[in-house]
Amino acid sequence: MNTITTLEELLAHAHALESEAVERYEEMAEQMEVHNNPELAELFHKMAAVERKHVDKVEHLAGDNPLLRLAPWEYRWQTQEAPESVPVGHSHYRLTPYHALSLMIACEERAQAFFAEVARATPDSTLRTMAAQMAEEETHHAELLRQWRSRYPEPEPGWEVDLDEPVSQE
Amino acid sequence: MGKPEVITPKHTAKDYKSAVKPVWCPGCGHFGVQSALFRALAYLDLPPQQVAVISGIGCSSRLPNYTACYGFHGVHGRALAVATGLKLARPELTVLTVGGDGDGFSIGGNHFLHACRRNVDMTYIVMDNEVYGMTKGQPSPTTPPDWDSKIAPGGTGINPFLPLAVALASGANFIARGYAGDPNDVARMLVEAIRHPGFSFVQVLSQCITYRPEEKEWKHSVHASPEEPATTMVAAAQRLVGEDSLTTGVLYKGERLSYTAHIHPVQRSLAEIEESFVL
Repeated sequence: MNTITTLEELLAHAHALESEAVERYEEMAEQMEVHNNPELAELFHKMAAVERKHVDKVEHLAGDNPLLRLAPWEYRWQTQEAPESVPVGHSHYRLTPYHALSLMIACEERAQAFFAEVARATPDSTLRTMAAQMAEEETHHAELLRQWRSRYPEPEPGWEVDLDEPVSQE
Repeated sequence: MGKPEVITPKHTAKDYKSAVKPVWCPGCGHFGVQSALFRALAYLDLPPQQVAVISGIGCSSRLPNYTACYGFHGVHGRALAVATGLKLARPELTVLTVGGDGDGFSIGGNHFLHACRRNVDMTYIVMDNEVYGMTKGQPSPTTPPDWDSKIAPGGTGINPFLPLAVALASGANFIARGYAGDPNDVARMLVEAIRHPGFSFVQVLSQCITYRPEEKEWKHSVHASPEEPATTMVAAAQRLVGEDSLTTGVLYKGERLSYTAHIHPVQRSLAEIEESFVL
């Protein structure tokens, strides 16, 4: 991974990471609405709202300094997209809350790994402190989501089997 | 790698999204292409009203409905004909044509050849899932010959269409292949394609989670080309020989001049135009 060297770059990454998470969760909520899975739609909307608060928090941290925006391919993620976005292709119309929360936990874990790596690699103590703090917050988020997931049973194998397969929709 | 490029666009990806919710299956690769397109347009800072998205028929051809740009959801296989007319009549617009492998390479195959040949300045994005998804999973022109399904037991036994090779032989001025699971890389390609003069063709491998669930494995098998884009047809053709159809990147950047219309508009009043339609 290419190192992030300034606080401005770190905040730019944190902002993009949280903003893109909001967009992807809203997108997944819409998918579940369209595919008649209202429980999951509500869950993804809730998560989008949580991530929106994190966007606000990063903006608050930036204060009066305008946040940098980078070309989409210039962000120094360890993953193909921002680490807190559920990767394209990981959704399914028969997802259960257990699956959705597992996807969300994986997002938080990737975000934690990203910030931890920034903290590890930088020689700048201010940057290291802020990145480590962000990593710690992501660890906390993952833990909260694990507690939330424990309320749901793990789905049986074959959960995705649909005896009434999808047809094209108009 | 140096300092990352900082951008200051007025638009964000959200500005290109319409209020219509996509009906694509959750997990469909087309969501990745849509994200890539919106990110590319935001990077280029193009006002939505200066962009027209033209399509034919199929799952991927629904994309114009999901954008806040101008759009035309047209006739099966005829999107490139509509887009060509639009670009020649309104050259100031950024014209994007989108569709699938069936729409583009089978029903619209002949239009594809001649769009490449004409080299009008527009970008054609084919979301290739190697199947007719909307009509429940028939083999398409890019389906592997041994793909076994209820509708084609044992596979078709027919060699697949090679979109990049056909585009190159037919005269496309920019040719690339991306993967929907990597929207930021596809966004970079689309920015290059839109900026490059002439007819730009971008094939995006876009998984069909419902009828080709095995395409989820593309995330492990696609690989980026280490080479710079070829600038001659011969060099590009050599790179296509024996390639595995899973190599991503910009294959070719040509220097042909774009075709532009030699139209001399006649100024006529509305009454005169209406009169010409009276039988």
